[in-house]
Parts: sequence; structure tokens; C-alpha cells
Amino acid sequence: MITELGHFALILAFLIAIAQTVIPLVGAHKRWPGWMSVAEPAAQAQFFFVAFSFGALMWAFITSDFSLRLVTLNSHSAKPMLYKIAGTWGNHEGSMLLWVLIVALFGATAAVFGGGLPPTLKARVLAIQAAIGVAFYGFILFTSNPFLRLAVPPMDGQDLNPLLQDPGLAFHPPFLYLGYVGLSMAFSFAVGALIEGRVDAAWGRWVRPWTLAAWVFLTIGIALGSWWAYYELGWGGFWFWDPVENASFMPWLLSAALLHSAIVVEKREALKSWTILLAILAFGFSLIGTFIVRSGLLTSVHAFANDPERGVFILIIIALFTGGALTLFASRAQAMEAKGVFGLVSRETGLVVNNILLAVSCFVVFFGTLWPVVAEMAFDRKLSVGPPFFNMAFTPFMVALGIVLPVGAMLPWKRGKLRRTCWQLRYVFALAVAMMVLAFALQTGRSALGPVGLFLGTWMVFGAFADLWMRSGKSSLSDRLKRILRLPRADWGKAVAHSGLGITIFAIAGLTAWEAEDIRVAQIDEPFDVGAYTMVLRDVGRERGPNYFAVKATVDVTRDGKPVATLHPEKRDYPVARMPTTEAAIDYQFLRDIYVVIGDPQNDGGWTVRTYIKPLANWIWGGCLLMAFGGFLSLSDRRFRVAAGARKTNMQGVPAE
Amino acid sequence: MNTFLSTLGLVVLLAVSSFAVTPAWAVEPDEILEDPALEARARELSKGLRCLVCRNESIDESNADLARDLRILLRERLTAGDTDAEAMDYIVNRFGEFVLLRPTTGGANWLLWAAGPAMLLIGLIVGGGFVRGRARASTKNEDALTEDEQARLKAIMEE
Repeated sequence: MITELGHFALILAFLIAIAQTVIPLVGAHKRWPGWMSVAEPAAQAQFFFVAFSFGALMWAFITSDFSLRLVTLNSHSAKPMLYKIAGTWGNHEGSMLLWVLIVALFGATAAVFGGGLPPTLKARVLAIQAAIGVAFYGFILFTSNPFLRLAVPPMDGQDLNPLLQDPGLAFHPPFLYLGYVGLSMAFSFAVGALIEGRVDAAWGRWVRPWTLAAWVFLTIGIALGSWWAYYELGWGGFWFWDPVENASFMPWLLSAALLHSAIVVEKREALKSWTILLAILAFGFSLIGTFIVRSGLLTSVHAFANDPERGVFILIIIALFTGGALTLFASRAQAMEAKGVFGLVSRETGLVVNNILLAVSCFVVFFGTLWPVVAEMAFDRKLSVGPPFFNMAFTPFMVALGIVLPVGAMLPWKRGKLRRTCWQLRYVFALAVAMMVLAFALQTGRSALGPVGLFLGTWMVFGAFADLWMRSGKSSLSDRLKRILRLPRADWGKAVAHSGLGITIFAIAGLTAWEAEDIRVAQIDEPFDVGAYTMVLRDVGRERGPNYFAVKATVDVTRDGKPVATLHPEKRDYPVARMPTTEAAIDYQFLRDIYVVIGDPQNDGGWTVRTYIKPLANWIWGGCLLMAFGGFLSLSDRRFRVAAGARKTNMQGVPAE
Repeated sequence: MNTFLSTLGLVVLLAVSSFAVTPAWAVEPDEILEDPALEARARELSKGLRCLVCRNESIDESNADLARDLRILLRERLTAGDTDAEAMDYIVNRFGEFVLLRPTTGGANWLLWAAGPAMLLIGLIVGGGFVRGRARASTKNEDALTEDEQARLKAIMEE
């Protein structure tokens, strides 16, 4: 019964979204206040119904209602409750429902908090947001209905892919989708502004919080996914340049660019058309990401043919929204004249460099991801583009970004002096060089990767705080410290996020350069050395979990005779899903992880044991968390709230024409 | 016939299941070469070779049987005295360029390698042009109010 209500609510939400698209658009065009004001209650009602629908699907998963086809295919009665709930979005249909739920959530949020928006812009933004919803409601109802019943319900389900039964991955999709879909808000604002024919500083200020929020969620989502790969896939890799990963990384790069160019619109009324274009492209890449993941186009060119209907539907959505928005952009972009004037050396120029580097690096990822398909179709060559290509072609952009960042972030607006800013950073530069030389002297290999990473990390982290320090003016130490603490949260957010990026870059370089690895057949109670540590395999036993069988080993780790940790790596077998998984045992420490994996038994009674010493592993995700935290700090800045109040009084003075 | 069909079914099942992300056991202890320098070369090369039945995994990461066969083949070539390039050529000749994770620069692939630098150049030229334009623009424009704004200012002043 609840299932049918959920299905019905989804259809209702679809119909409301259609109304929410058409009526406010017409109203805004004809300046009919009554028609325009439909958007707000419609956005809220639409959210209510789709949330009910999502709740109904989740209820079916929680109660293991195997009369639902989707539940049978993706759940099992013995599965722990967390994964029953996460199972709601651990499949194609459910994840699309989550997608559209978040579209509606953002629409409803914009309706509630958008009090200060000009009425026509607000009506148009909500209508565009609803139009995105309409496309995806249609997609779900016509090609991927989650509410299909089975005529003969089975006794039990087929279980969720065991690799996905993990807390890190349970929350990975919701965050990622909050990010993807958050960019739909920037898209709606961009298209709304294009229809209005007006982009000004206020527009930049309205778009920025949505972009910032989307970027923060994307950062968390990508970090969760990468962390999951690190501890779950069994050898500690954290980034594979897989098409599916690239699909989430491209919107991240573009939204980072958008976030920065919107500052220029807000503060200096320049880069307007570029910012609009970025907003369209960023959401376009979110859609392309959805398409890549959902169609299986890039997993194998042939998997696409297995489900052409879905792939084609999403392709049409992409063509309609991105193509339509770009056409509109082409016809209106000239109208957006830049106002701000700035010198060759200025913060504005720094942000232009930031945008070039981020956008081009995104282009490289895009080109590399699609190249195998292009090469096969156009040149009849079956080839692969893998991590070695991306590491070579992408990394230089990040290195350049890291070098430029502290200088660009400290340059004053309008007109600056490069020599002056570089002089202010002299101690930071000296420190970074010293760290690099030290690392080069201490390490055993001759690779420059680690030292360069340390240089960049030091340069960016201390550069960010030198910026805060310089802003505190000239007076006594305690006064300066007080002033630093009283700086606006946006400034703190900037420093924290930039140093987070520095830490992540350093950690990736350090981990790649200084990792130690050992693969061997270990005999029980026979110690072996890995790096500075001594490992002993004590015991291997069998255990039974709620829905799996496990082989569980006990490994003692000591250093110079002192115990460090006792680790229990597992190898699990999920009989229902017929799939083995490894559960690596990791001793997390501030400076390094010890990562142990148990393999197969050998004929001589030993076991394959893999040990990795991974320096700085936690720093990768620590840096990501700092980036996200910096984003939150900036999001909580007074400026956005004060501006909201100021806008209201402003807008009352404008007649409705 | 029945055995043929069931074998076929099994092959399809295996092919399908290997597309899913599977845990990697990768290099097994019995594959490792005695000579550490040779083994290091083999590891480095295997990171650039694709496991043909996997989803975007190198043979160094994959636990598929085919990846293991390739790893052993690569080590055999290296032990036989091949240089890195010779060993890679040998494998590419047998399995096609699909096996290379780092595409060659030959043929149309120059497009792939040149795309990033070319785009950067375009970006720098366009961006540089824009910044120069902004630096030369007259400052009058910036502070001047539009007619709308002037009207609004007037209204506010009168209040």
C-alpha cells in the first residue's frame, strides 16, 4: 500500500514540476505576479511529494518487501539495517530517485531562502530548476521505475554488492549527488539571468553560496569514495583515474573555477559571461557524469547497447539542457559588459589564471576520458588511456596552480605590485625550499616527487597563513593576533581551504614517493621486517558474520622490540552475492598507516601476506576535510546574511514594471 | 551440446563478473623474481599494462588469471634479457595497443597529447587579451551609474 502511495506521489511530483516549469516562466515573461508566485508553493509541494516517494521506497527496503523487484534484486533480509537503508540508493533506480529528490530539495530551499531575489528572477530560477526535475522524473517513470512489483515475490533477496556494504560507501552517493545537483542551482541562476538579460554583482553574490555548498559536498563525496577505495580494495590505492571517478572530478574542478570567478563578478563586476558559461558547463559535466556512470558507455563501449533506452534518454536530457543553455548564452552573452577595471598585476588576474588552470585541467581529464571512444569510432583504434597518461598530463597543471596560488591570493584587488607581494612571501618561500632540500637529503631514493610535494605543501599552507598575518596590519604581536581572529570568516575559509589543498597535494606526493611494500608467504610465528617494523603472523582462524564467512588473521607489529599494534586482516566471502572481499587491517597513525592484507593459504602451511607502510595516508583525506571545512566557514560568513537583508530593502524600491 | 552451453554460460558469467570492481590480490609471492632490480623493472612496467578483462585495472593491481599470465610473461621476457622497450613491444604485438595504459604518441594520438598544452595556450592568449583589455579600459565606465541606478539613487536621496 505504501509502495503504491509512493509511486503515486512520484507521479504527482512530476505533474507539479511541469506546472512549476510552465506557469512561472509565462508569468515572468508577461509580468503577472499571480503566475510568478506559483513557483514558490509548487517547489515546496514538489519536494514534499518526492520526499514521500523516496521515504516509501526506503520503507520497502527497511521492511525487506520482496514483492518489489528492486528490493529483491538489491537487498537481503539478513543484511544489517544501515545497509538496508543505504540499499535504497545503492542501485540505478533508487539513486536516480535520490538525484531528483535533491533537485527538488535545492528548489525548495531556494524558494524558502530566496526572499530577497527580484520576483522575476526568482520565478525563472525556480522554473528552470523544476524543468531539470521534470526531465529526471520522466526518466525515472518511463525507463527506471523503482516501484515495479513482482507477480511472485521470492522468499529472500539477492543482496547488495558486498563491496558496497560499508559505512564509507553508504554515504558516498548522497554527498556526491548533493554536489552534482547543487550545481543545478548555479545552472538555474545562470539561465535565469540569461533570460533576464542582467548579470550584476548581486547575481554573483546569490550564486556563490550555492556553488560553494555544491563544491563542499562534492569534496566530501569524492574524499569518501577515495577513502573507501583505499581501505576496501585491498592494496591501498586511492585514485585510479577511472571514468567514473573522472566523472565526479570534472564537476569538482569546474565548480572550483566557478566559485572563484563568481568572486570577481561579485566584487568587481567582471568575468560575467565567463562565469555564466562556467555555471552552464559545470552542471553540464554533472549530467555527463551521470550519463557516463548510468549508461556504462566508458566501462565498455558495448555495455551501452545493453540498455540503450536509458543512455539515450540521458543523452537527450544533456543535449536539451546544455545545448539549450549554450544557445541562449551565445545569443545573450554580448549584452553582459564588464565594468571593473584592473591592472595586469592584480587579484583579478590571479583569479583569471586560477580559472585557466582549473578549466584546462578539467579539459585534459575530459579529453583523456573520452579519447578511447573517439579513437575507436573515428580512427578504428582500440586503445586505453590510463593512470600513466593522466598523471603526466594532469599533474603539471596542479603544480602550476600550487606555485601561483599563494601569490595570487595575496595580490590586492585592482592593482598590485608583483615584487611587493613576492617580498611578503619571502620567509615562506625560504622555509619551503629548506623543507625540500631537507627531504631530498633524508630520503634514500633519487625521486624528486616527495621533495617537490613537500615544497608545494609548505608553500601553500604557510602562504595561506602569511596572507592572514599580512592582513592584520602593523602593530604589536597581541594586537595582530586579535585582529587575525576577528577577520571575517570568508578570509579564514579561504586560508583553511587553500592550506587543505596544499596538504592533500603534499600527502599524495609523499605517499606515492615514500611508500614501502612487502609481498611474501608468511609462516606462522616467523617474524619478517618491513621498513622499520617487524611483523609476525600469529594465527589464522575462521569466523562467521551476519551475512558472510570470514578468514581472520592475527598479525603482531613491533618496532625495535616494542609492540605497535595487533592487526586483524580478513578475507570475506558473501555466499548470497557470491563474491569475496578483502578487509585490510590498518593501523592508523598521524604520520603513517600500516596496511596489512591476508591472501590465500599456501601448500607449505604459510599464507600470502601483503604489508604496506603508507606515509601521510591520512593527510590526503585530512586535506580534503580542511578544504570542505574552509568552504563551510566561508559559507557561514556574515556577508551572505547581511547581503540578504540589504537586498530586501533594495528590491522594494524597484517597481514591477 | 549441453556442456558447450554451460561452458559458454560460465565464460559469460566470468566475463560479466570481472567487470565489477573486485578486490585485488595482484602480484603473488611465487611470481616475484629473485633479482630485485629486475623485479623492480617488472613492477614498473606492469603498472603501464592493462588487464584486458578488467575494468580499468593494470596487471599490477589485478587478481584476474589473465593479468597473472601477463605478469609472468613479462617477467619471462625480462629474464630472457629483453630491454624494457623490447618487452613492451613484444606484449603490444601480441595483445594490441589496447593493453597500453599510457597511449603512444603515434597516429591520431598526438591529438590526445597535444590537447592539454594547446588548450592552455589558447586559454592564456584569450585570458591575456581579456586582462589587457581590462587594464586599458577607461576607469570612467566603472564608477558611472546606469540610468536605472541614477534614478534609484535620486529616489533614495529624496526620501
